[in-house]
Amino acid sequence: MKKSIIEKIWDRHIVYQEENKPDLLYIDLHYIHEVTSPQAFEGLRLKGRKLRRPDKTFATMDHNVPTIERYFIKDEIARKQLSALEQNCKEFGITLADLDSPDQGIVHVIGPELGLTKPGMTIVCGDSHTSTHGAFGTIAFGIGTSEVEHVFATQTLWQTKPKTLKLEITGKLGNGVTAKDVILYVISKYGVNFGTGHIIEYCGDVIRNMSMEERMTVCNMSIEGGARAGLVSPDETTFSYLKGRKHSPKGEEFEKYVQDWKSLASDEGAMFDTEIVIDGSEISPMVSWGTNPGMASPVDGHVPNHKEDKEADKSLQRALEYMGLSEGMPITEIPVQHVFIGSCTNSRIEDLRQAAEVVKGKKVYEGVKAMIVPGSQSVKRTAEEEGLDKIFIEAGFEWRESGCSACLGMNPDIVPAGEHCASTSNRNFEGRQGSGARTHLVSPAMAAAAALHGKFVDIRELRGSRGQAELAY
Amino acid sequence: MKPISVYTGKAAVIDRANIDTDQIIPKQFLKRIERTGFGEFLFFDWRFDSEGNERKDFELNQPQNKGAGILIAGENFGCGSSREHAPWSLQDYGFDIVIAPSFADIFQNNCFKNGMLPIALKKEEVRNLMDAAEQEGHEITIDLKSQTVSDNKGFTAKFDIHPYWKEMLLNGWDEISITLKYGKQIDEYENRESPVSTI
Repeated sequence: MKKSIIEKIWDRHIVYQEENKPDLLYIDLHYIHEVTSPQAFEGLRLKGRKLRRPDKTFATMDHNVPTIERYFIKDEIARKQLSALEQNCKEFGITLADLDSPDQGIVHVIGPELGLTKPGMTIVCGDSHTSTHGAFGTIAFGIGTSEVEHVFATQTLWQTKPKTLKLEITGKLGNGVTAKDVILYVISKYGVNFGTGHIIEYCGDVIRNMSMEERMTVCNMSIEGGARAGLVSPDETTFSYLKGRKHSPKGEEFEKYVQDWKSLASDEGAMFDTEIVIDGSEISPMVSWGTNPGMASPVDGHVPNHKEDKEADKSLQRALEYMGLSEGMPITEIPVQHVFIGSCTNSRIEDLRQAAEVVKGKKVYEGVKAMIVPGSQSVKRTAEEEGLDKIFIEAGFEWRESGCSACLGMNPDIVPAGEHCASTSNRNFEGRQGSGARTHLVSPAMAAAAALHGKFVDIRELRGSRGQAELAY
Repeated sequence: MKPISVYTGKAAVIDRANIDTDQIIPKQFLKRIERTGFGEFLFFDWRFDSEGNERKDFELNQPQNKGAGILIAGENFGCGSSREHAPWSLQDYGFDIVIAPSFADIFQNNCFKNGMLPIALKKEEVRNLMDAAEQEGHEITIDLKSQTVSDNKGFTAKFDIHPYWKEMLLNGWDEISITLKYGKQIDEYENRESPVSTI
């Protein structure tokens, strides 16, 4: 029988199967961080249970950590949470990338960077953006704290087999259109719950031609479309990314793995429960205007007008009220006071390079507070070797230490109430970046351009005005 | 975990779709390392203004919704972040049951693990219940065994639940204790697949 990659990975991981029960699924890799793990460790202790496979568990500090003066955590409760993680990792024998580690960073940035995430794996983390790791051809999904405890104790989870959704993006992307625009476009077109109950396989020429970092951006936001996970069949791009990474297999061993990884790709003609085809050329640079990631428009479009559907109209009104926008307003007239380039969606080296190309030799618009938060210490080092930090600092950006930062504002990086933020993160929910903060999701290049102009500008026009290939990436 | 079988009580209505877990429990309350005490922060930014006073126009602050044990809401309830603090805060506030046309996957799972019952009904059924809940003396009864939702005004509807979760909830079982009984199968799997150390 012809199988999709989703079925192939699933079937390989079934520990136990019985009618009327979900499958007992083996988990190859468990990432943890400070926010969703303490209660799970406490649960183990209370019951006197062991952590089954510390050698398949990897921890980092990311959600809470300050991005300036990182060793001086003013927030006592945050400090307590970080020290709890440290204690717990010590007690249960788990490798931790703490603030002193050269490997520290956002869990979904460092896992791939270190070569921990590998094709064919089942990966979980107490974080909904675990779907990021699907870019490598893995089934990777977010779990709650009770499930974190369950994986600690058993290295398994009871899971009902999800439906499969094939999302094919054909053709080529236009100039200035990035992976972020692709996924924002998909969610704006099909809604924030089109993927519920499904794992998505992204395929088609647009996905094939993407780098691993771009694929991670797409898979990262699968959850914003309601899907538990999203993945891409591994190919040469995947293998060459993994070669030579810290935790990748070495030498001949690597080649043996590659042979196996190649067999994971979906078979030609495999069946899916749902199939969607999108023409890549119809996608424009996107800007979200509302309070969920589905509320987004092309940059040359406008905030929608009232809808026929009564229920949709109510949520439109609520969203516009929160965002301080009016119906029919052109996107390029929305003022921007804050710019955040970072998060597990867009804080990798390619993202920073794209932003740097836009800002090189320019100045941040007066009154705009702009910051760059690299996804990991490794991204930060590479950017500094390439001189990107200087480009940003000279333009007036703040250059920070790695962490989740203003994506969710659990640390001091918060957007004030009523102010608009062009953000490369993944969620524009009410209050996400701070109580009353107004988030607009965009690509790194679009965020950088907004920083220079104090409003949204069409990156394609910016490019045109500076002569063609100048901003090519 | 305390078992659930039959529950009768008043319902509160928040007639909004796509209520995300950032609204249910805002991030500033995720730094606690305990499982308890999250109820006072439920829907914090919707419930309280910047001075900490109750916002009168928010549904849960209205007198008819006080003391309800069932929450009725719009579709895709619990979308967004995987934070289990969301069901913890709902439960701690007093909601053991949430009725909506649909739920986000992770949120739904997180409910089951805490002895909470997320019930998905058809859109028009949820609408009917929302309207009925506004009437004085309205009460809803949930019977997990027969998988029925009914009220004291003649409404009745069936709901789906995976038999695995139904059994767990009815018995209030601890899932980890059950899984640990499959230790032999897990050992065999690990030996067979000989998965190398990942780290």
